Amino acid sequence: MIRSREIFTSDKIAKVILKSASFLVLLLAAGIIFSLLKGSIPAFREFGIFRFIFSSEWNPTEGKEVYGAFPFIFGTVVTSLLALIICFPLSFATSLFISEYFKKTKIAGILSTLVDLLAGIPSIVYGLWGFYTLRPLIVDLGLSEQGYGIFTSSLILAIMIIPYATSLSNEIISMVPNELKEAGYSLGATRLEVIFNVILPVSRSGLVAGYILALGRALGETMAVTMLIGNANLIPKGIFSPGNTMASVIANQFGEADGLKLSALIAIGLLLFVVTAIVNAAGKWIVRRYA
Amino acid sequence: MNLMKSDNRNTPDRSSWRDKKNKLFLGLVVTLSIVTVLPIFLILWKLVKEGISQINLDFFIKVAPDPLEAMTAVNNGEIIPGGIANGITGSLLMVLIASLIAIPVSILAGIFLYEHPNGWYARLIRNLTDILQGVPSIVLGLIAYIWIVISITKGFSGLAGSVALAIMMLPIVIRSTEETMKMIPVTLKEAAAALGVPYWRIILKVMIPTGFSGLMTGILLSISRILGETAPLMLTALGSTMINLNIYKPTSAVPLLIWEFYNNPNMVRLVWSSSLFLMGVVLVLNILAKRINSRFGNNQ
Repeated sequence: MIRSREIFTSDKIAKVILKSASFLVLLLAAGIIFSLLKGSIPAFREFGIFRFIFSSEWNPTEGKEVYGAFPFIFGTVVTSLLALIICFPLSFATSLFISEYFKKTKIAGILSTLVDLLAGIPSIVYGLWGFYTLRPLIVDLGLSEQGYGIFTSSLILAIMIIPYATSLSNEIISMVPNELKEAGYSLGATRLEVIFNVILPVSRSGLVAGYILALGRALGETMAVTMLIGNANLIPKGIFSPGNTMASVIANQFGEADGLKLSALIAIGLLLFVVTAIVNAAGKWIVRRYA
Repeated sequence: MNLMKSDNRNTPDRSSWRDKKNKLFLGLVVTLSIVTVLPIFLILWKLVKEGISQINLDFFIKVAPDPLEAMTAVNNGEIIPGGIANGITGSLLMVLIASLIAIPVSILAGIFLYEHPNGWYARLIRNLTDILQGVPSIVLGLIAYIWIVISITKGFSGLAGSVALAIMMLPIVIRSTEETMKMIPVTLKEAAAALGVPYWRIILKVMIPTGFSGLMTGILLSISRILGETAPLMLTALGSTMINLNIYKPTSAVPLLIWEFYNNPNMVRLVWSSSLFLMGVVLVLNILAKRINSRFGNNQ
């Protein structure tokens, strides 16, 4: 009797420990949101949330301090979307290679390992390579004088998010039922026609989710972008002009920040947090709902 | 010859244009796939080519040189003296502390999620874990700055860096623990329970040992992720020119040194050797993680 009661209480304790560990996750998330909000208050109070988001003035001169996040929000959205556009043909082709054309062959295995390796390269190494290899290339091509800018950043971002885009696409494409594909072939369709008329419609929502999740990655990338975007606190004039993203402006301006400026940077961090959380949640929601 | 082959394999009404399009597309897929993985080789080649000359014993046991020393060496055409010992020790220290903070909690939380596949609370935790995993690392740097640098250590510190890295590890290890536990046959757990083993002993003696390889894979992958993190450390650990093992003081790390070298024209050559070293460690950890997983994971 006593023994079984001991087991009973120890079970309870074990369950409480497990639950409190999970509760820490809740606490952590709540703490992050709380601290970001609290840190942003001075900036929001000074400029107003709406004006802070839509103003494009950034002036840290003491006494005339004005901070607006619009150039950085704009820069983040443009670099990430451009990265997604560049990434799409590459990662879609890679997914087809791995999960359709050469499915389950050795070469597909090698390719998928290599793509995984892309995810393992640290952001700062991408930045270095971009700075010393891609940037001179852009200059040589005459696309931009210094080689810095939105386009260079997007190019490196595109490479960085390929593994995130492909991993989900691979799964989705390899899950397309063989019967459907065979039905297509039996009607005399070529492989290309099967891909575009069978595989693509069946796996569309999963693919979209994969690219949304990859977009979530691109939005928050810091180091590589910081090293390549040119760090200009204004709305970029074109895709070859320098700019700044939300992440890169935090990395750049943080060193000399306190008071109102620090609060403005934390507010940008809060916006970045909210945007990536929404994008990631949307991606996960589509995966759960449709894929 | 080509025409005959395609005639044999395909239905006769296929126009040659459709066939051609089909083949062109295959060519396009193969070309783009090669383009996709090309950067890996280009990056590795660049790192090896530019970095190998600086890798010697001093590189691992000496601290980063001051800019003057480096400038003299560069002007004399010698290799730059000194190394990255302050970065290596700092990285090790911060990863160790981050692991101590994150791993126990993550494994317990992961087991909790496995035990509760449904229910609003578990679903909330699962969603929050996903959200945490998506938080940009620079935002976690801000958080560690607010929580630790401002409030606890009153200055940049290795502890703050460790906390930022720990928050990054947490969701990765939680999810990998949950996935690993799902792979363990329920019968094992039931057998232990039927023998009257208390629940906490089932966790410690059955579930964690059986899923050990899966847990290790998750942990190694999370470590390889945080080892290369630069942005959150710039906001928290800041960097140090000396070997520093006091977690309340600013601490260097390999990626932080890369950033410093990158910003100093005289040290540029050290950039490549440090990046080569970092890349090597990250690759080895990745391969190790995959090895452990495929060797033990498949036996279950």
